[in-house]
Amino acid sequence: MNRHAAMNLRAVWAIYRMEMARAFRTVLQSIVSPVISTSLYFVVFGSAIGSRITEIDGISYGAFIVPGLMMLSLLTQSISNASFAIYFPKFVGSIYELLSAPVSYLEIIIAYVGGAATKSIMLGLIILATAALFVPLRIEHPFWMIAFLVLTAVTFSLFGFIIGIWAKTFEQLQLVPLLIVTPLTFLGGSFYSIHMLPGIWKTITLFNPVVYLISGFRWSFYGKADVSVGVSLGMTLVFLAACIAIVAWIFRTGYRLRN
Amino acid sequence: MSSIISISGVTKTYATGFKALKEINLDIERGEIFALLGPNGAGKTTLISIVCGIVNRSSGSVTVDGHDIGRDYRAARSLIGLVPQELTIDAFETVWATVNYSRGLFGKAPDKAFVEKVLRDLSLWDKKDAKAITLSGGMKRRLMIAKALSHEPRVLFLDEPTAGVDVELRQDMWAMVRRLREDGVTIILTTHYIEEAEAMADRVGVINRGEIILVEGKAELMRKLGRKQMTLELRAPLAALPVGLSRYALELSADGNELTYTYDSQSDRPGVASLIRDLEAAGIQFHDLDTKNSTLEEIFVNLLRQEP
Repeated sequence: MNRHAAMNLRAVWAIYRMEMARAFRTVLQSIVSPVISTSLYFVVFGSAIGSRITEIDGISYGAFIVPGLMMLSLLTQSISNASFAIYFPKFVGSIYELLSAPVSYLEIIIAYVGGAATKSIMLGLIILATAALFVPLRIEHPFWMIAFLVLTAVTFSLFGFIIGIWAKTFEQLQLVPLLIVTPLTFLGGSFYSIHMLPGIWKTITLFNPVVYLISGFRWSFYGKADVSVGVSLGMTLVFLAACIAIVAWIFRTGYRLRN
Repeated sequence: MSSIISISGVTKTYATGFKALKEINLDIERGEIFALLGPNGAGKTTLISIVCGIVNRSSGSVTVDGHDIGRDYRAARSLIGLVPQELTIDAFETVWATVNYSRGLFGKAPDKAFVEKVLRDLSLWDKKDAKAITLSGGMKRRLMIAKALSHEPRVLFLDEPTAGVDVELRQDMWAMVRRLREDGVTIILTTHYIEEAEAMADRVGVINRGEIILVEGKAELMRKLGRKQMTLELRAPLAALPVGLSRYALELSADGNELTYTYDSQSDRPGVASLIRDLEAAGIQFHDLDTKNSTLEEIFVNLLRQEP
């Protein structure tokens, strides 16, 4: 092999498979727990509280929250999957092997982010299937639904990967998801339409990137959106581009990896 | 012999400002066993980490079989196997999965027969379905070696391979090193156990405070820097050394029963023969005589002591 050689696809496959194996090994944590928590959301918000809430945009409240719930899990799981996947080898030291292997940064990214994104996409679909047991669902734009699902999973897995490289302690690893992502998701219209907010808050909310993800995703289900779909897609792509730029910088400088 | 690894002008300064390596120049010859000796913190692991791609160098260049480790990292790294000092393994993977993973990571096509052979050679085959976390320390060390050998490297780095390892594993390991060398694999090892370097290495490099202070063939090193000692057991104790023997570097034991003569094995001046003649002339008789060569360890300690 020389530097003009094709990619080390065997390495990409080896890492990807290892990451997927981890998910199946911890099947309880990876799959069962989100199913349970989603069911709880439906019991509480869908049935208990939701039965007293009128329809939003002509959609029953239980059905209305499905895209938001999927996004909530998609964001948090993508971040935690990817951040843990790269932080753990750093923590135990087994990352030496990855760094000494003939793999490019691009290959590392494709394998780890691909693994994390695959897991959260599977998770999103499991939540969707669980939701279908509780509420009648319709998906008006299946292509865009899948597109938003994949795009969001990849973007936030990339974001999680960055956190995993940046984090020096387990506490830091939890910090960003806990202090930033979860609040943004809850305030991003998972459980309500931002039109329901009073004046100034509606404007403030527009600075929350998660609003665009949830809005676009909900549009793909019900054809109704808080902001236009084009803007949603654009914002998602901007965030993806920002993550790619940060990762490129990390790898160019060897930041917290090769120092 | 041509060199397989060529290190020139390599320096490493960590972000803290600590200069771990100052201008390292070193060539490793194809097919040799090279022992890198040095006290803790001398820069051994940093140097290995740079060659293997784990740590970025601050300046200088390294080639592996002619491939620059920066520009041509794929070719360079695919030739190298590394067994690090620490037992760092993903604890939840099975032996079989993790060794096959290593092979894939280095871009080699799956080869179950080869991986099986590696595991059998290291007495790990029985444990192939065990998770790494369940293995003993020695077994984990074997697993680290298996991972490093899984992709058929041409150069093998062993960083402190025998630290905390029992006798059986140590012997297995040296048998393995000899086999690999017969197959033409170049081996670079760092060790604290200098007797091992003495037993195994073709050449020895000594690194101290980030500088290579010496590189020599082991035999030449022993000859050049080694000293000999001759100890005489006297028939009758001596109260003091006779004046006539003052030109020899002699030491008399406290009880006066033993006379020790330390001399340079390179030159024989003043020689052993003349000392014995002079002893006889002085009427000093002995009933036994013993000579010994200094070990690599003594040479090593002396070298470091001479350092400013």
